[in-house]
Amino acid sequence: MTGPSLVAARGIGVRVGAARLLGDVDLDVPEGGWLTVIGPNGAGKSTLLRALAGLVPHEGTVTVAGEQVDRLHRRQRARLIALVPQNPVVPPGMSVLDYTLLGRTPYIAPLAVEGAADLAAAHAVLDRLDLTGFADRTLDTLSGGERQRVYLARALAQGARLLLLDEPTSALDIGHQQDVLELVDELRTAEHAPLTVLATMHELSVAGEYADRILLLAAGSVVATGTPDEVLTEELLAHHYRARVRVVPGERGPLVVPVRRR
Amino acid sequence: MTSRLRPRWVLTGLLAVLVALVAGLAFGPVSLPPLDVVTDLLHHVPGLRVPTALPPRDDAILVQLRLPRVVLGLLVGSMLSLAGGAYQGVFRNRLADPYMLGVAAGAGLGATSVIIFGPRTALSSPVLVPLAAFTGALAAVAVTYLLGMAGARERTTATLLLAGVAVAAFCTAVQTFLLQQHTEEIQEVYSWILGRLTTSGWHEVLILLPYAVVASAVVLSQRRALDVLSVGDEEAASLGLHPRRVRLVLVVAAALGAAAAVAVSGLIGFVGIIVPHAVRLLAGPSYRVILPLSLLFGGAFLALADLLARTVMSPAEIPIGVVTAFFGAPFFLLVLRSGRRAAP
Repeated sequence: MTGPSLVAARGIGVRVGAARLLGDVDLDVPEGGWLTVIGPNGAGKSTLLRALAGLVPHEGTVTVAGEQVDRLHRRQRARLIALVPQNPVVPPGMSVLDYTLLGRTPYIAPLAVEGAADLAAAHAVLDRLDLTGFADRTLDTLSGGERQRVYLARALAQGARLLLLDEPTSALDIGHQQDVLELVDELRTAEHAPLTVLATMHELSVAGEYADRILLLAAGSVVATGTPDEVLTEELLAHHYRARVRVVPGERGPLVVPVRRR
Repeated sequence: MTSRLRPRWVLTGLLAVLVALVAGLAFGPVSLPPLDVVTDLLHHVPGLRVPTALPPRDDAILVQLRLPRVVLGLLVGSMLSLAGGAYQGVFRNRLADPYMLGVAAGAGLGATSVIIFGPRTALSSPVLVPLAAFTGALAAVAVTYLLGMAGARERTTATLLLAGVAVAAFCTAVQTFLLQQHTEEIQEVYSWILGRLTTSGWHEVLILLPYAVVASAVVLSQRRALDVLSVGDEEAASLGLHPRRVRLVLVVAAALGAAAAVAVSGLIGFVGIIVPHAVRLLAGPSYRVILPLSLLFGGAFLALADLLARTVMSPAEIPIGVVTAFFGAPFFLLVLRSGRRAAP
């Protein structure tokens, strides 16, 4: 997976008042690649995603598909970058189809409503994610796993090339975690319209199995970046997470096992 | 698809408006046959050449006295409901009503000031009190917006609502002080505050109409944006929307409509919160449905409430706000209990 770089960020920094949440972050993700950002709570993972999506004022530059994100109109930006936040807002009573159609917003003129093409695009996405049977259900009647797929459906309806996922699995059991991540991997490697994925994650073994590169963030700075084998080491994790772990080789990447301290 | 405005609902809304119109014209101190009312209305449509069955005196009652009042009721009800619906979306708060952000208190202070300090004929002038109320309402909203957006570091909708509460409290304090110093005008101010739809012919309708048209057009044009806004500012921004711009446009348009309505009718309670809610419960949560239907049902509801207000204890009139609450509250509770339970 070493295509041309789809995402290139240089010197990303975010300040809120006097507090520095993120400083001098550089990262590259090749087209079709999967980079997972790990790091302890408060390391700045979500802030990094929001900065990449252009949702918070930041220092440095982000280039996606050759376009400098901050110079794009927000509608153009939304056609390029889709973000699934950690806890998306669930509008009461909104159907799965209507929620998916929200993803068409950057293609719909400001005073207009969606047309046949948008409806077709939304149905295509629902079909692709096996959600057709849920189209008329409201979001609040779905299980956590189903809901996560619906969030993905809205993001896919944006037709973006970069998919930002903020802890996509934190609310799911291990079975549903695998469902969602396999699905994302399928979308990433799809022949038609492949995606580039940038995710944050807490489950380190899972992070290592799906991502082809890992970036370890601590206190707002990049402390390590590389393949899962290079980053998921006992020394780095012990130091930055202040956790006692064993790292054992697994089928697709290193497995991180927590061990009691005493 | 739940967000589509079903023709069935639009037809029901138009029918409600028609029923309110004909009933409002037919009933009063002199009752007119509903059918004759309809033909007389058609008689006045240029180019139709429908003969009227009404004698000239009844025709004059209908066109010069009742029609402007019924039309005013339709317009005021529409504006209050539309503004209430828009605010509920803009602030993602089901308790929002068209009088928030200082509209009611600002209008109240404006009207009170002109009744107390203006010429003795202020209350009978068709322009002075509406103008003062309108100016007061918009000034209060402007101050609220500036305080809520500029002062706070966290520019959330909550700070805007809180700024509105502060501005309203300030205006009410000044108004109360003025009233306490001029007790002889309390009665007049009180009757204005309670709200009423009295007209001096078509004058009030013509005052309200341009604002109603502009406010409706702007608010309805943002119906999809309000649905996008329901996922929160940050997600809406990531979908390509400009949340703060959408909010400003909607607040200005809704405040304009509500202020113009308040200027000609005083503070009629309950319509602006209950109608959009009832529509949401019956027809679905999309603002593409809520906004146009609130316009229709809000108008019909207020015109019918006014009919009751002026006929039940005729020749005396009950304050219309009493009617809207008395009939609106039980109806609303009924809708709350039964609405949307069967829906998927």
